[in-house]
Amino acid sequence: MTPTLQLFLIISAALFCIGLLAALSRRHAIFILIGIEMMLAAAGLNFIAFWRFGPQPAPPTGVMITIFAIAIAAAEAAVGLALVIAVYRHYRTTNVDQIDQLKG
Amino acid sequence: MSNWIAAHLWLIPVVPLAASFAILSLTNSRRSLAASLAVCGQVVAFVLSLAAFWPTLQTPGYRAFHNFTWFTFGEQALRLGFVLDPLAAVMLIMITLVSLCIFVFSVGYMAADEHFTRFFAYLSFFSAAMLGVVIANSLLLLFICWELVGLASYLLIGFWIHKPSAAAAAKKAFITTRIGDLGFFLGMLWLYGRSGTLLFYDGGNGALEQTALLSLGASATFIALLIFCGAVGKSGQFPLHVWLPDAMEGPTPVSALIHAATMVAAGVFLVARVYPLFSLGALHGVTASLTVVVWIGVITALISALIALAQPDIKRILAYSTVSQLGLMMVSLGVGGVAAGIMHLLAHGFFKALLFLGSGSVIHACHDEQDIRHMGGLRRVMPVTFVTYAIGMMALSGVPLFFSGAWTKEEILHATSLWSPSRVPYWLMLIGVVLTALYMTRQMIYVFFGPRRTAAEHAHESPPVMTLPLIMLAFCAIVFSVVLTPAWPWLHDYLSGERPILNFGLFIQQALYLALVLVALGVGLGILIYRRASEIDPVERALPPVFHFLRNRMWLDELYDRTVLALARFAAQLSDFLDRYLWDGIVRFLGALAQLFASLTKGFDEGGINARVDDTADAARGFGQLISRVQSGQVQVYLSVIALGMVALLIFYAWLT
Repeated sequence: MTPTLQLFLIISAALFCIGLLAALSRRHAIFILIGIEMMLAAAGLNFIAFWRFGPQPAPPTGVMITIFAIAIAAAEAAVGLALVIAVYRHYRTTNVDQIDQLKG
Repeated sequence: MSNWIAAHLWLIPVVPLAASFAILSLTNSRRSLAASLAVCGQVVAFVLSLAAFWPTLQTPGYRAFHNFTWFTFGEQALRLGFVLDPLAAVMLIMITLVSLCIFVFSVGYMAADEHFTRFFAYLSFFSAAMLGVVIANSLLLLFICWELVGLASYLLIGFWIHKPSAAAAAKKAFITTRIGDLGFFLGMLWLYGRSGTLLFYDGGNGALEQTALLSLGASATFIALLIFCGAVGKSGQFPLHVWLPDAMEGPTPVSALIHAATMVAAGVFLVARVYPLFSLGALHGVTASLTVVVWIGVITALISALIALAQPDIKRILAYSTVSQLGLMMVSLGVGGVAAGIMHLLAHGFFKALLFLGSGSVIHACHDEQDIRHMGGLRRVMPVTFVTYAIGMMALSGVPLFFSGAWTKEEILHATSLWSPSRVPYWLMLIGVVLTALYMTRQMIYVFFGPRRTAAEHAHESPPVMTLPLIMLAFCAIVFSVVLTPAWPWLHDYLSGERPILNFGLFIQQALYLALVLVALGVGLGILIYRRASEIDPVERALPPVFHFLRNRMWLDELYDRTVLALARFAAQLSDFLDRYLWDGIVRFLGALAQLFASLTKGFDEGGINARVDDTADAARGFGQLISRVQSGQVQVYLSVIALGMVALLIFYAWLT
């Protein structure tokens, strides 16, 4: 089976859906973060795939964007984890169902 | 020189006034500075008075005035001024000299007092106000200073304000004189209405000068009588004399100042100053207003001499004696003897100050005891006080030849005997002279002779700071008579603007024998009655009802209490009742009306306007609550919505293509 664009797009979509499912269904804040990271990874995969199967030779734009995205994701994860810890310190829990002070 | 002092006459009252304000700004502990400021102020005023005296000596009938505009309203300019004439000049000398002696005496008398500095501030203020009265050339300026004299007397009579009796006496003095001042004020307004000026002398246009007097006509009598009301109040004439004996509650130097130099002299001075108003249109020296003055004076002189006979308080006796002497001066003014009246005022100023300061010395020695029945035998322990007091007593009684009071009294009796309408005042005056000698003899015997009773046991002579003023005043009381004798009637002619003629042939006159007999009668009677005086008065033993009648001041205070004051109290209660029920009722009714109206508008406001506003707000709030439900606070719900939205967008995109 030769690798085609469709295959990568299906894998990417599956990864995105798994990430989305995790972000929507898990109650623990860290797992939600992990889900979001997976969605980001799916997006990165798409960039690589479109670049690889696009007209060649091309400048390495897809790779560059993905590398930037990974770096930003790392920073975002750090901020997210810091937020989780701050929330935990305040509420003594990380269960997002119980953190509903912003309700109207 | 003479022009300078006439233009700067205002300096004489201003110097003590400045001293007074300077003393007021000192702290309580600066005693010696306060006393020296007051005394220096008085010395300066005395020197200036001497300077003012000089030009009046050179020209008989000298008169210089200096007018200035106080302020202008509309067409009218209100003008005040100062006048220097023999009347003002001799008064200035007498006031400053007597005040000076009293100030020095006070240094010793008030030495132990806590508010020593304040006392001197008030004394200076008092003397300044009186000097202002004397030099005023405008009835208005005179009135202003007159009221300042009243204020100062109030402050000084009530100086020991912690004593309820002193506070009451101060109030009584102030209010009683105010009754007279009301008349004075009305008279002043009337005069201004008729003549358009309040200046006494204004180069022919003054109120006391020919043109203005002629325009007054018959109203002059009423104006004069209204102004006389003020003099009645200030000079303690019947029926407003009641405040003067009560004024004894003040410290003794104050009594001396009030009775000798300032306050009471103001009334007599006022009548003398506006004399042309009284004598306008006189027939043989008699006018209606002057007749009133004579009779008021006669009644006052006689009543108070009788009351003085039964008083136990050393100062009260002197107070009634002052009232009586003032009556005598009024009689003199009334019968036309203006010069005689002023001469008696001056002589009286010296010897009455002497007597009061002497009594102050006695009271000081007897540890604040004022009841003469508890004194006695003081002539050995207090020789200086005794001798000076005896001089004062003889001057007051009118012992002939050596004492000033005798000559002036003789002059007054002479003037009274010539009064054409009636001889009665003359005979009553003769009785008054006997009574004066009688009550003074009584006082002398009780205080200085006989056995030493309780209060006199530890008595001692006063310090020199107190005895020196006594000696000074006693000296004045004797030496002053040099210018009073009929042989060389210098003061009389000086006051009436003539040149005195020396004529020894007139030295002994018929009136002299008469005076000798009367005084001898009074003193002899006194010695006879009070020879064996004990704690119970001999008159009380012999004639108890008469004595009690006199002791209680002829029930005059009680009479006023039952009539005038009762009426005032009734009026007060009536107004209180009207205020409380009638006026207050109307006010309350109006208030209730307003309240009713207010509650009506309140209902309209709340039910009509506020409710609509509230409804709008409630609706907004309800809608807000409704939409705020969307905000569940659940992160995952938000995420789901985002996801669903994305899906929906995708489907929409697919459908478009």
